[in-house]
Amino acid sequence: MAYSASADSHAHHEPQSFVRKYIWSQDHKVIAIQYAVTAIGVGLVALVLSGLMRIQLGFPDSGLIDAEAYYQFMTMHGMIMVVYLLTALFLGGFGNYLIPLMVGARDMVFPYLNMLSYWFYLLSVLVLMASFFVPDGPTGAGWTLYPPQAITGGTPGADWGILTMLVSLAIFIVAATMGGLNYVVTVLQARAPGMTLMRMPLTVWGIFVAAIMALLAFPALFVAAVMMILDSTLGTSFFMPAIIAMGQQMDHEGGSPLLFQHLFWFFGHPEVYIVALPAFGLVSDLISTHARKNIFGYHMMVWAIVIIGFLSFFVWAHHMYVSGMNLSFGYFFAISTLIIAVPTAIKVYNWVLTLWKGDIHFTVPMLFAIGFIVTFIVGGLTGLFLGNVVVDIPLADTYFVVAHFHMVMGVAPILVVFGAIYHWYPKVTGRMMDERLGHIHFWITFLGTYAIYFPMHYLGVLGMPRRYYDYDYDFIPQSAHDLNTFITVVALAVGVAQVLFLWNMAWSAVRGRSSGGNPWNATSLEWQTPETPPGHGNWGPELPEVHRWAYDYNVPGAPQDFIPQTEPRPTSAPGHGHREDAT
Amino acid sequence: MSFWVRREPERGSLEPSSGIGHWQGPVSRGPALRRGLYTFLLPLASLFGLVIMAYIMRRHMPDWQPVALPWQVWLSTLLLLASSLAFEQARKAARLAHLPALRRAVLAAGALALAFLGSQIWAWADLQQQGGYLEANPSYSFFYLMTGLHALHLLGGLVAWSRLRMASRLGADRAALQLSIQLCAIYWHFLLTVWLVLLGVLVIMA
Repeated sequence: MAYSASADSHAHHEPQSFVRKYIWSQDHKVIAIQYAVTAIGVGLVALVLSGLMRIQLGFPDSGLIDAEAYYQFMTMHGMIMVVYLLTALFLGGFGNYLIPLMVGARDMVFPYLNMLSYWFYLLSVLVLMASFFVPDGPTGAGWTLYPPQAITGGTPGADWGILTMLVSLAIFIVAATMGGLNYVVTVLQARAPGMTLMRMPLTVWGIFVAAIMALLAFPALFVAAVMMILDSTLGTSFFMPAIIAMGQQMDHEGGSPLLFQHLFWFFGHPEVYIVALPAFGLVSDLISTHARKNIFGYHMMVWAIVIIGFLSFFVWAHHMYVSGMNLSFGYFFAISTLIIAVPTAIKVYNWVLTLWKGDIHFTVPMLFAIGFIVTFIVGGLTGLFLGNVVVDIPLADTYFVVAHFHMVMGVAPILVVFGAIYHWYPKVTGRMMDERLGHIHFWITFLGTYAIYFPMHYLGVLGMPRRYYDYDYDFIPQSAHDLNTFITVVALAVGVAQVLFLWNMAWSAVRGRSSGGNPWNATSLEWQTPETPPGHGNWGPELPEVHRWAYDYNVPGAPQDFIPQTEPRPTSAPGHGHREDAT
Repeated sequence: MSFWVRREPERGSLEPSSGIGHWQGPVSRGPALRRGLYTFLLPLASLFGLVIMAYIMRRHMPDWQPVALPWQVWLSTLLLLASSLAFEQARKAARLAHLPALRRAVLAAGALALAFLGSQIWAWADLQQQGGYLEANPSYSFFYLMTGLHALHLLGGLVAWSRLRMASRLGADRAALQLSIQLCAIYWHFLLTVWLVLLGVLVIMA
């Protein structure tokens, strides 16, 4: 490894004016914060919408929202949470902040494109929010936007609502593509000396693979959106079958709604992993750091991420068992779905084995990380039920499905988001978040989500259908109504408790205890920056030089229980600079 | 490759990851842009590939009527091919540092691409006159969708081309010119390939 880190001639000039520095910024750290704040802001809107829906379900006589509003809120809640909050926060927020710092780059390779990516994202959010104010309000088609009902009269927002949604999605995809290009090329092209691919922290691996998946999967949604816009505005028949709506023959003929479902889920299932893989990566680093132990089976973890990413493109139709698709087709997808559980289970085992005999510090990020493992197992196990065609058919469209996907792709990634924010907040602000508030926030959120979603499994097995505005039917027993009320009360309490988190973030930014550069004694590069928060260009005059992987915790004989990646290897060690695992 | 972290009593756990591999040096513009462009081709390939998949799935339905392809698409094919070749010409001229030849080739490439777009518009107009409207039949909808998406991407390429043309007229630094020509050429060849595949699909699976 003969190279000189001083060969870094990439001069960065810090912009001076406020606008260039904080608004039209091309600095990945500022863009990351812009992304994160926007995503959390729009996520709060979705949280309020879910509260309103829960009030309707728990107290149907309250008459707070009508059926139309219920469907509109349901649609917006789902789409915002999956796309505009989780995807944007993991890739745009954490990806932007952590990739350059963790691989030892000064910035993304295309800073201008990075800036454009954020502004396109913001535009997509504004267009989406505008749909609350168009005639008839936002679309109420459900977050999957299935035609023909999405663009047929009688569905709320079938004219303007769906149009704003589709346009907003198309803009979001442009933004995600610009961002994804940056993440991929930065990882491939801008790593610091000594930072080989197999030395990158798993966070970077997770976001890197997710970004590639986003580049391949989002075009499916883009195509579907374009085709649906044409169907609804210009009268084409890509998806719209010959149909009589409101007693009138519509102008369409013979389109295929199933085609939309294929396109949508070809995006939709990888999307689950576009959210999950960054979460897997982040949580691996949290667990290793706070258990003071190297991650178990690093290579296996990397390959599991890659294999999950690959396989996730071959499971989409498990969302369509009851769509009228050929059922033997369904068995292929049942098998591929069960196969993807193998690399996923490997990851779970490795997390648990990393904890095994670790020096576990029950810090707030660690609590959230452990909460994630538990929740992900629970949500994953119900996935085994739903992945099987014969079991899925009776459970499809019941609250069992709602419970499953909220556990596995709602609560689990959100727990990682919280843990990661508590973990990296000191690097972003230079201050610690309040520990006691963090504990209270964790226990309310963790226990609360179980109180919300565990009963939903029962409701689902009972046969309570999802997407209903109210349940005034004979086949719904009183116990289900009581449970619904219970769930609503807990959900509102958990929702309100998030104020603790927001307050903690705001208060700690001003009053938090000063953290120093490396409060968790972590090894990875972002904790070794000369300044905290990192200055423009991240590394001062010289790029860092990497000499080891990111998981040297509790190395016997080392003076501390961690060795930063920048620490040179002792020259006496045999085989320096060569593969040491030639076994 | 070892999945497990090896432990040796005297040295503790050994890093399973290797530190070999050459450092690529500080980020340099050329390789980063090239890699960026190749990465950008991924979503585009996915986009057109999915449209073709949708086309194949849709055409099995009973209401499908094959499109009578207007003859202009063959003219378009020739024009786009010529445009791609002109970029190769420009690439050669850039290598030889022959500025006037480079300018001519760049101009020709852009003009041919514009001619391609013109020919496509002609094809659409002709089709419309024969009653082949967008909503006439799903096959027509797909024809317009495919050719339209392709034309939009070429239009985006022409934005890059106009910047290249400006640079070549102002006589920018040779390495920078060579890089932009190379990037444009890659993108053009990609769009030519996409066009040939789309046309193949439209002809073979009408």
